[in-house]
Amino acid sequence: MAVLIDEKKRVIVQGITGREGQARTKLMLGYGTNVVGGCTPKKGGQEVEGLPVFDTVKEAEAFCRGKHGGPADVSVVFVPAKLVKAAAIEAFEAGVKLVVLVPDRVPVWDAIQIADVAKSHDAHFVGPNTLGIISPGKAVLGMIGGRAESAKAWFKPGKVGVISRSGGMSSSTAYYLGKVGIGLSTICHVGGDSVLGLRFPDVALMFQDDPDTEAIVIFGEIGGSQEEDLAALMKEGRVTKPVVAYIGGKAAKEGTRFSHAGAIIEGGKGTHDGKVKALTEAGATVVTSFGDLPEAALKAIGSN
Amino acid sequence: MARIHEYQAKALLAKHGFQIPRGGPASTPAEAARIAESLGGSVVIKIQAWTTGRKAMGGVVFADTPQQVEDEAKRLLAMTVGNFPVTEVLVEELVPIDQELFVSLALDDAARAPMILLSLVGGSGIEQRAGQVHRLACDPKAGPDEAKLKALIAASEINAKLHDQVAKSVQGVFEVAKTYEARSLEINPLVTTTDGRVIAADCRMTIDDYAVFRHPELGIEIARELDHPPTALERIAYEIEQADHRGTFYFAQLNTKAAEGSKGLVGFHGAGGGGSMMSMDAIMSEGFTIANFTDTSGNPSAAKVYRAARIILSQPGLVGYFGSGSGVASQEQFWSAYGLTKAFLELELNIPAVIRLGGNSEDRAVEVLEDACKDLPAKVEGYRKDDSPRMISQRFAELIAESDAALWQPRDPKLPAFVGTGTSIPINGGKVWIDSASCDTKTTQLVIEQSSGLLKDEGGVPVLAVSEEDAVGKDSEFIACEIELRRAGKPVVYVELDVPGLDELIGAVATIGGGN
Repeated sequence: MAVLIDEKKRVIVQGITGREGQARTKLMLGYGTNVVGGCTPKKGGQEVEGLPVFDTVKEAEAFCRGKHGGPADVSVVFVPAKLVKAAAIEAFEAGVKLVVLVPDRVPVWDAIQIADVAKSHDAHFVGPNTLGIISPGKAVLGMIGGRAESAKAWFKPGKVGVISRSGGMSSSTAYYLGKVGIGLSTICHVGGDSVLGLRFPDVALMFQDDPDTEAIVIFGEIGGSQEEDLAALMKEGRVTKPVVAYIGGKAAKEGTRFSHAGAIIEGGKGTHDGKVKALTEAGATVVTSFGDLPEAALKAIGSN
Repeated sequence: MARIHEYQAKALLAKHGFQIPRGGPASTPAEAARIAESLGGSVVIKIQAWTTGRKAMGGVVFADTPQQVEDEAKRLLAMTVGNFPVTEVLVEELVPIDQELFVSLALDDAARAPMILLSLVGGSGIEQRAGQVHRLACDPKAGPDEAKLKALIAASEINAKLHDQVAKSVQGVFEVAKTYEARSLEINPLVTTTDGRVIAADCRMTIDDYAVFRHPELGIEIARELDHPPTALERIAYEIEQADHRGTFYFAQLNTKAAEGSKGLVGFHGAGGGGSMMSMDAIMSEGFTIANFTDTSGNPSAAKVYRAARIILSQPGLVGYFGSGSGVASQEQFWSAYGLTKAFLELELNIPAVIRLGGNSEDRAVEVLEDACKDLPAKVEGYRKDDSPRMISQRFAELIAESDAALWQPRDPKLPAFVGTGTSIPINGGKVWIDSASCDTKTTQLVIEQSSGLLKDEGGVPVLAVSEEDAVGKDSEFIACEIELRRAGKPVVYVELDVPGLDELIGAVATIGGGN
């Protein structure tokens, strides 16, 4: 099993006729994702990769129900940053329960509004600024792995779940785990921004409920409270599977941002030391060098 | 988040109904004195700097006469905070303070909503009084719950006549933050006065970088989180990012000198935020000091990577150049290799470089880099995804230890002689020069082969095969062509790329003796 995405989930693409949308639709299809169609305002009637394009999410959703036997489970959004809010809200209002927001540079007050609307529709979103999600051997959402053949070569199916705050390091973590023989159930890049849809604790709870995931590996970063919140769940006994973590950004000074809007220490909160301490006290294995992560993960699976 | 100064934030508050102390900013002592004179009476003078603890560093002083103000302002305007000079002070009337309160807004990542922190007992050491701080969750549209807010204020010891004004101020913090898309807004202190007013006596505000485009009225020059006003080099880098949106480019200066006992100052070139952070951690644990943070990622053009390398190598005193990102990049890595190679060759790099180019097409990327740079005075080594950050950091340390090169001195790129005389093709932000005079049949053939279909043979010399319009965005392909021709021993193509402002800056650095 896997969380969030598998080969059966019906997927639509918003902004499917754009440069990124077209390219990524092709790659998702190439990997095995069940992409059924997409939409771009005023581009209804066109085709991308042999898939129908509609003007609205509502029409694409109706097509999915009519021709693919059920609702669109997921929408992946590739539209310019300033249009992301409208696109996400359109998807929630059309009834889509999981929306993946790939673009970066989405204003944070837009993300707050997106979260507010998602909540009122009992829906979830990943991102903004996510490279995506991949369940090896099953399906991919977004652009993780780049080319399909690279994604197939780099990520092997198995029983460890990966959650990362860095897109590049999602691939990297998964690849190095694979090199020591660890296969993965799902790799989720939660996004690099400060206000996100699904966060570490949310995805960890999904892995906790997934019978085929035996351990969780996280690539954390300074800033925000995702790692601390995950540690709290572990302390409460709501996440009991082994957690192995690396926290990046030891070198960072307060107030300086290293690309990710979420990776900034503000008001002395979200420090490297604070995160390491919280996770360690909650029983996680925290490695100080990224290179030690695979060995630590091997040990964690062995001890389970 | 982009920062604005206290006086700018206060002006925004005033626009939204807040009372603020009378006064204004000054950038010269004389101007400060004039403001004090027009205010009459005693004043407070505060440095305008992006830092906390201004009082402790002597950046907040009181003065009674315009002459005193002038003297104090002179001293304050000569201060530096970190490496950066103070350029403005704020001169304000003293207000008759009764109580000091605290109100701030932050974005709560767990609640995915704004959060108001409120202390109704006042003081300046808010961190020590955390227990007395109330947290008020905000509705993203409406702000804090009105009834809850009123109940808190009613239970406080604040003069009852001012309760409505305090409540309005708290709601006002939410409104101002929402209007200008602040990431944080803090009024510390919000004071009640003995004459029955509620005044914002200080204000710190940061704006969301990604929303700065919607707020031209704020006049924010660089929408970047920096702990200091932007340096000349950071401004140049930011212009490049704005001019070319293919991939991202981040540049921030962290240190201008190696720390005590450090193995030296390193020019850092990352790819991807997380991978960069992890790589910086690895190089720091080898005992180096990082000069700058740079990130070119998200499928950047070769031109962008080239310009990033030029900017990194505009910092004097480097012992080496270290490039490493996630190591398993989704993008085609040879574009980055071409960009780096071009910069290294024309600057005749003489300090060691270790570059991890792991990810798609890594073999081609490493081959291009190492082969093209093999005759440089310094070792340039490329690595792949199976080479760990720790291993390459250790390798970098070995190369630095072996190297007898002097510290890096910024320099102008060495241009081939045909630049300015040969044939040229305009591209975005530059020109492609072709040394037609040196093109025999065989060379022309080679040029065409390496041109990604952009050039054709006409009368034995290479000319553009596509329209000028189609060629302007092909800077990456032309850079690849230039490097491949150099590797083949036929350097007849050169891509001249502008980095506006960089030549002047390097000239300035050279005249002040390298800044060491």
